[in-house]
Amino acid sequence: MTVLTLAGLTLREAARRKVLRALGALTVALLALSAWGFSRLATVDPEFGALTSGEARLFASQLLNLVMFGYSLIAALGTAFLAGPTLSGEVESGQALSILARPVHRTTVLLGKWLGLVAFGTGYVLVAGFAQFLVVRWAVDYWPPDPVTGLLLLAAQTTVLMTLALLLATAISPMASGIVAVGLFGATWVAGVVGSVGEVIGNDGVARVGVVSRVLLPTDGLWRGAMHAFQDATALGAFGFEGSPFLSIAPLSPAYLVWVVVWLVLIGGLAALSFTRRDI
Amino acid sequence: MWCSGLRKRYGRRTAVDGVSFTVGRGEVVGLLGPNGAGKTSVIKMLLGLVRPDAGEVLLLGRPGRDPRARERVGYLPELFRYQPWLSAAEVLALHVRLAGAAVPAAEQREVLARVGLAERAGDRVGGFSKGMQQRLGLAVALVARPELVVLDEPTSALDPLGRVDVRDTVLSLRERGVAVLLNSHLIGEVERVCDRVVILDRGRVAAAGSLAELLGQRELKLRLTGLTPAAEARLAATGATSRAGTEVTVALPADDDGATVPRLVADLVGLGVQVHAVEPVRISLEERLLGILREEHA
Repeated sequence: MTVLTLAGLTLREAARRKVLRALGALTVALLALSAWGFSRLATVDPEFGALTSGEARLFASQLLNLVMFGYSLIAALGTAFLAGPTLSGEVESGQALSILARPVHRTTVLLGKWLGLVAFGTGYVLVAGFAQFLVVRWAVDYWPPDPVTGLLLLAAQTTVLMTLALLLATAISPMASGIVAVGLFGATWVAGVVGSVGEVIGNDGVARVGVVSRVLLPTDGLWRGAMHAFQDATALGAFGFEGSPFLSIAPLSPAYLVWVVVWLVLIGGLAALSFTRRDI
Repeated sequence: MWCSGLRKRYGRRTAVDGVSFTVGRGEVVGLLGPNGAGKTSVIKMLLGLVRPDAGEVLLLGRPGRDPRARERVGYLPELFRYQPWLSAAEVLALHVRLAGAAVPAAEQREVLARVGLAERAGDRVGGFSKGMQQRLGLAVALVARPELVVLDEPTSALDPLGRVDVRDTVLSLRERGVAVLLNSHLIGEVERVCDRVVILDRGRVAAAGSLAELLGQRELKLRLTGLTPAAEARLAATGATSRAGTEVTVALPADDDGATVPRLVADLVGLGVQVHAVEPVRISLEERLLGILREEHA
């Protein structure tokens, strides 16, 4: 009950602080731009018109992944920057004092905020993602093979980064927690690209950089799984675009998904431990 | 509320060192002390906001570690900030839900009216002045029908009228049998409403007791001429004496039955002293507090 109250409070904060409105405006702008871009690609470019249907699908896949990366960035960074102020910001300002002096466990407070942020990030990814699919379908008649799985993996990526930001926010200032979370997110993505280059050139040592980074922070691994769900697998197999940061060769293994769950429980548990022990 | 042996260190600095005291039902206890004495740290340890390094807390019969101990506790923090994106009425509704209390909306509105915010119930807290936010904080502390109320500097942002309102609120809480712990720099405020006072200095309890016990020491100011050594001995036998010209100040014993002053005056007259003026003086809590702190630091 208290968990839901606090989750609702977190969502209400996002709505009342005009975060939703700002995100909505940004998303509409992105949708409009991508609609324009996709439609130009399909109608004006004579070369695109001359492509085989397989090549056209591959281009559409890659472009869709590029645009979806934009949404995943907005969702992940947005929730990471919401997580900091909603936890350590409240402690710093004194808002947390009256809440935590109520008969509530700190773990419950943390779980409530986490749930609210998960609902916020997932809701955004689902709505913006489906809107983008509709735009792509309208412009170039491409529909991703597994849209639901892809969007859920993107939502999981958002959840992973937000959980890390929450852990950081239990110990350091809101601004620092946002910056560190976003920095790690970027570093893991770059490490993922480096790893793919290693795979293409057959250098195991370089390839391992990507693997290790995907285990330490699963944002890039989940992003690759999402890309795989959005792109046309047959076209990719036929043309071979290995090493592209916006195409993915293989789907996620069940073992990796289990690791993501374990990672979330571990980091969430650490956040709860750190928040419970913190002097307010 | 009961606490015993509370201790807290921040790095090398000991903020609270073996603090113990109680607040009974229907009792108002004032927490006094200079800046950095550890008052707010003690309050936060009582409410589970800060983890004590040692010591125990019991709130309304439950150990302080158990969040349920705070079910009937109201708290106005020194650093009062409430969700600026909520309205005053929504803040109260949130706290009622978190407290797990069933307080009807009409009663919540009544509490807002009691702190003078009836007209602003639907306005966002972000637009409130500091004084209004502190009034809202008082309403938050009172809304879930508390049995223990902890007020940390409740009048720091209030105008004189607001201070009187807080005083009346504390007195009405006492009448209803609510235990109140009041931390305030305004000694006059504490003196008016508190039954007992705990004075903290450098993290320790420097003095504690009822106002009568703490202020029990009274003085007598006399203007005398013709003082003889025998008369001086008689004065010294009553209590500590200080002299400035013809003005003599004598500390009266705490167990004075009311006969000490007439007996002294009669004896002095009998010893040939001319008594020009006799003026009983009551020590204020402020003087007593400063005296205690000076003794501690000496």
